Formats: sequence, structure tokens, C-alpha cells
Amino acid sequence: MRVAIVTFPGSNCDYDLYKCVQLVGGAPEFRWHRDVELGEVDVVMLPGGFSYGDYLRAGAIATMSPIMDAVKDFAKSGGPVLGICNGFQMLCESGLLPGALLRNRSLLFASQDVLLRVEGASSIFTQDYQAGQILRMPIAHAEGNYYADDETLDRLESEGRVLFRYANAAGKTVDSANPNGSARSIAGIVSESGNVMGMMPHPERAVEPILGSVDGLGLFHALLKHFAPLGAL
Amino acid sequence: MSRFRVEIRVIPRPGLLDPEGKAIQSALRSLDYEQVHEVRVGKLLNLDVEAASKDEARDGAEAMCRRLLANPVTQDFEIDVRDAAEEEIPA
Repeated sequence: MRVAIVTFPGSNCDYDLYKCVQLVGGAPEFRWHRDVELGEVDVVMLPGGFSYGDYLRAGAIATMSPIMDAVKDFAKSGGPVLGICNGFQMLCESGLLPGALLRNRSLLFASQDVLLRVEGASSIFTQDYQAGQILRMPIAHAEGNYYADDETLDRLESEGRVLFRYANAAGKTVDSANPNGSARSIAGIVSESGNVMGMMPHPERAVEPILGSVDGLGLFHALLKHFAPLGAL
Repeated sequence: MSRFRVEIRVIPRPGLLDPEGKAIQSALRSLDYEQVHEVRVGKLLNLDVEAASKDEARDGAEAMCRRLLANPVTQDFEIDVRDAAEEEIPA
């Protein structure tokens, strides 16, 4: 599995992703925001961070980067694209995913572990998990409050495109388990075509026991399994 | 071609929760400004623009808002265009 990880000015999770892809046996490669081509890769990952200092709106200016035309083409041709945190914000800003990430309800930067309930376990990103499984991983964001109009939210739900929700240890999506005010406790979604996924929590920071959780590994294993039969390894 | 001053106000769409506005409203209330029912916080952008006419300057600004300056999912925008030369005439 060859993975392009795109670095923008202000990205700070690009090396975490690089290491994580290596850890599961994939072959990561960095791309710079000024590059115009992705090259021969199986997956594209947009890392977390604070591209362009979150100026204007988080992720907005990054979507104007030269590399983003290639990322959009890759996504439109069915290539898997994973956006984490700032990457999720970019995917919404670029229109590859519906909705937007607003300022956290608390107005505070939220840096903490959260619990996620796996909602959809049939996507190429989540097939290593079981529906209803509870995962622990960190969040670190000020704009993670997922918003979309009711019609869009209904559609995401009816099409099984909500992949993760914030929940408590009992698997209930109670308000106190929602760290940022996200609509319907949504933490991660996938595109209509199933190949573009965005999430606010950081699975790449939950891949080794020393990090406090290994629950994020499943996502990367799932992608690796998806591409292993193609001989990409 | 003339220079125009384009003022763009980007504001959260009606009905959208604006936690910053709410925090400011409650701070105003703590100062006894009970008459404030709502505060909405937006962003003001002042652009110095070259265009053939006021309309062209406005059309350009509208396109900029749709493509980058405002997020159509969460924000509305208002545009005011003034002739820069007119502004510089001394009173």
C-alpha cells in the first residue's frame, strides 16, 4: 500500500501518519502542498495540524493549494482519501465531504481522549472494526463541531455514512460525551462513493501501547488489507 | 480602470449556533446590558480592488465570496463597494 501524505505549511501530524503507515507495513511518501502530482499511490492522507494558521477558516486556504487539484481528481476516480482533524476540515472545505466544522461549543481548544462508537463497519476504512465497538483515541482541535443541515444529516444516517460517533463507555451518545457540540455526535463520515473519509479524532495517535491506546490501528490495517490483494505490498 | 474599496462582511447563517456571540452576549448581560437579545460574530474584510466599474468590482467580490471567503454551508455575506477616488476628495 503506497500512501501519499500531504504536508501543508502548518501540518503537524504528517510524521505521525508516516510512522503509523510504516508500522502497519505500508509505504508512506510525503508530498508537498506545492506539488501538482500525487504519483502512483493507492491512498492519500491529509494530516492534522493548523495549515495556514487556520486563517479565514480552518482548512480553507489549504484547499487552494496546487496539490488539491490532484487530490480531488484522485478522489473522483475512486481513490481512497483519508482526512484527519485539519484534513477533515479540508475535505469539507473542498466539497469532497458535506458539512462544515465549526468552533467548538465550549470555545476552548479540546485536547483529550474521547470514546468513539463505530457506526459503520463496512467501509474500506472501518472494516476491521465491529459495529458498536468502542474505541479510545485523542482529539486536539478548536474547530471540530460538525455541522450540516438536517436534510444532509438525515441523508448521511440513512445511507450509513456516519462511521464514528462520540459516545460514553456504555456506548451511549450522551451530550456529556460530545466534546465539541457536533451535530448528532458525529465524529467521522464517509463520502457517497465510499472512498473519501474524514474524522476529527486522531487514529494515528492511538497505534502503540505507549501512546495509551492502539484502537486506531484497525483503520490502517483495514486499508492495508484492502490493498494487499492488489499486490501493492 | 478605477480603484474601489470593497467591504465584505461574513456572518454566521441565521439559526446557526454562534458560541462566540453567546459568550459576548452573556458578558454584556453581566454589565447589565439586558437589552441585548442576540450577538452574532462575523468577519470584516476590506479589499482594495481594481475594476472597470462598481458593478464589476461587486461581481468580482461575489465570486470571491462563493469560491473562498465565505463557506456557503455556514455563512452568509454582504458586500459594499465604494469608489476609492471619491473617498480621497478632501472635505
